[in-house]
Amino acid sequence: MNNGDIAVTSPRTAPAAIPAKRLLYWSVRRELWENRFLYLVPLIVSAIVLFASFIHLFGFPRRMQNALTLDPARQHAVIVGPFSMAPAPIMFATFLVGLFYCLDALYGERRDRSILFWKSLPVSDRTTVLSKVTVPLVVLPLFAFALALVTQRFMMLQATAVLVANGMSAAPLWKEFRFFQESLVMLYGLVVHALWYAPIYGWLLLVSAWAKRAPLLWALVPPMLISAFERGAFGTRSFMRMLQYRVTGAMQEAFLFTPRRDSHPPLIDQLSQLDPARFLTRPGLWVGLAFAVVCLVAAVRLRRNREPI
Amino acid sequence: MACIEARGLRKTYGKTVALDGVDLRVEEGRILGLIGPNGAGKTTALNAILGLTPYEGHLRVLGHDPWTLRGELMRDVSFIADVAVLPRWLRVHQALDYMTGVHPRFDRAKAEGFLAKTDIPPKSKVRELSKGMVAQLHLSLVMAIDAKLLVLDEPTLGLDILYRKQFYDSLLNDYFDGSRTIVVTTHQVEEIEDVLTDVAFIDRGRIVLEFGMEGFESRYAQLMVHPDRVAEARALGPIHERQVMGRSILLFDGADRQRLAGLGDVRAPGIADLFVAVMGSRVSQPEGAPR
Repeated sequence: MNNGDIAVTSPRTAPAAIPAKRLLYWSVRRELWENRFLYLVPLIVSAIVLFASFIHLFGFPRRMQNALTLDPARQHAVIVGPFSMAPAPIMFATFLVGLFYCLDALYGERRDRSILFWKSLPVSDRTTVLSKVTVPLVVLPLFAFALALVTQRFMMLQATAVLVANGMSAAPLWKEFRFFQESLVMLYGLVVHALWYAPIYGWLLLVSAWAKRAPLLWALVPPMLISAFERGAFGTRSFMRMLQYRVTGAMQEAFLFTPRRDSHPPLIDQLSQLDPARFLTRPGLWVGLAFAVVCLVAAVRLRRNREPI
Repeated sequence: MACIEARGLRKTYGKTVALDGVDLRVEEGRILGLIGPNGAGKTTALNAILGLTPYEGHLRVLGHDPWTLRGELMRDVSFIADVAVLPRWLRVHQALDYMTGVHPRFDRAKAEGFLAKTDIPPKSKVRELSKGMVAQLHLSLVMAIDAKLLVLDEPTLGLDILYRKQFYDSLLNDYFDGSRTIVVTTHQVEEIEDVLTDVAFIDRGRIVLEFGMEGFESRYAQLMVHPDRVAEARALGPIHERQVMGRSILLFDGADRQRLAGLGDVRAPGIADLFVAVMGSRVSQPEGAPR
C-alpha cells in the first residue's frame, strides 16, 4: 500500500481533523448531558446546607455576643467555624457522585448498546476514557469550588442580615472570615483530594470497562478478598489499612493541623496549614497516580475490545 | 482501488469459528447486500470492517487497517450497527450539537433538512420517540455525514413496512450519489433487492456466492415446469428444485432461455429464490461436502 493509492481514494478534500481539545470538550459535555446527577446532587446538598445554616441563624446574635468575650483564638473558631465547614458536605457529595459516575461510565454504554453509536463517530477510545476521567478529576472539583464559594457568600449575607436586624455590627464576622484565604485553602483541598483519589476513580473506571454485570460487586470484592487473604495467611491488616488511608488520608498528607480533643473536626483556614511540599514528596501520592494511569490504560484497551452486553 | 478488500479474513471466539476465511472485494460506488442466515457471520464481518473487533487475515478498508486506525477511519466511514443504539437520554438537538462538534464531515443543515421531513420534535428525547422515529433520526444523522462508506447492519429490524420502505427510499434518493459505497445486511431481502448493485451470500463464516445485479437476470432463470416435461427439465441441471402446489419450480444458472421456454413458464427469480436455493442445498449437505 503506497501513498499514491490513498491519494486516489480521497477525491473529496479531507476537512482538517477536529482538534483533540474540541473532541475532549464535546465528550465531556455529553457526559454532563447524560449524567445530570453530577451537578444536581451537589446543588441539592448546597441547598440543604443553606437551609441548615438559616435555621442555625436563630441563635446567631446570642452566640456572636458570647464569642466576643472569648480569647481571640477561640473567638475566631466559634465565629468562622460554621462558614468554614460549609463546603465540606458539598465536596463530599461531589466525591460520592464521582464514584457512582465512574462505576457506570464505561458499563452503561455497553449495557444500553449506545457504545455502537459512540464508536461510529471519529472519537478514539483514548479520548473517550480521558473525557470520562476528566469528570471526577477536573469538572467536579471545579464545580464544587464554585458552588461552595457561592454557598459561603449566601451564608455570610444571611448572617450579616440577621446581625444588622438585631442591631449588632457585622464587622467582627467579616474581619474573622477572610474570603480570599478561605478560597485558596478550599481550592488546595480540592486539588489535593482529586490527586489523592485518582487511583480510586481509575480503578472504578477499569471495573466499569470490564464487568459484564454488577460492577459494584466487582469493584468491592477483589480488595475484600485480598484483605481476607492477608489476614488469613499472615495475620496482618496492612492492605485494609492502606485502603482506609486512601479514603481518609488526604487531609493528613497535605495539611498541617493538630487534631482537637473534642469530637469536632479541626478548623483549617490558614495558609500556613497547607503543606504542598510534603504532599508532593510522599510516595503514597505517586504510587496512587501510577496505579491510576495503569487502570486507565487498561480501560482504554478494554473499551476497544469489549462488545455490548 | 477497492473500498473494502478482505482476503482470508478469520475470526474465532474460543472454539467457535465466526469467520472462516472470507474473501470479499467491494469496489467504490457499489451497494452490496450481505445476506446470510442467523449466525452466518454477517455482523462479525461488519464489525471487523468497522474496526470494532480484531481479526486474522488481510483486510483493508479505504486503504487502512480498520483495527489499528479506527479513529481516523470513522471520519470516512459511518455506520448504523443495529436499530435503537441511540442513547435514550439524548435529545435531538444535543445529537446535532455533538455531531457538529466531533465530526469533520457532518453537515448540520443537511441533517436538519432531513429531520424537517419527519414528525420528530426537535426538543424530544430519544426515549420519547417511537422505534421508527429513532431509526429515522439515526438515518438523518448518518446521511448528513459526507462519508465514503456507509455500513448498515439490520437497520430496519422490527420496523413496520412503511418505515422500512421510507428508510431505503431516502437512502437512495437523498444519500446515494454513485460515488459512495454502501454495505447492508438484512433479513428482508425482497425489500432491498432493487436497491442493490451487488449481492454476497455468507454462510458459516464463508462467502458462498457473490454476484453483480447487472448480470443477475440474464444469468438466472426460474422455470415452472409443465408436469409432463419435468424429467426433460431436470436433465438440464437445475441448481435447485422446489414444489409449489403440486408443480415443480426449477432454478437454472446460465441455461438457454429458448430451451427453457419450451418446457414451461420462465420467470426471473428474486434474490430470495436464489438464496433459498443456495442455502437450502447447503443445509441438506453434510458440512464440508463439495458443492
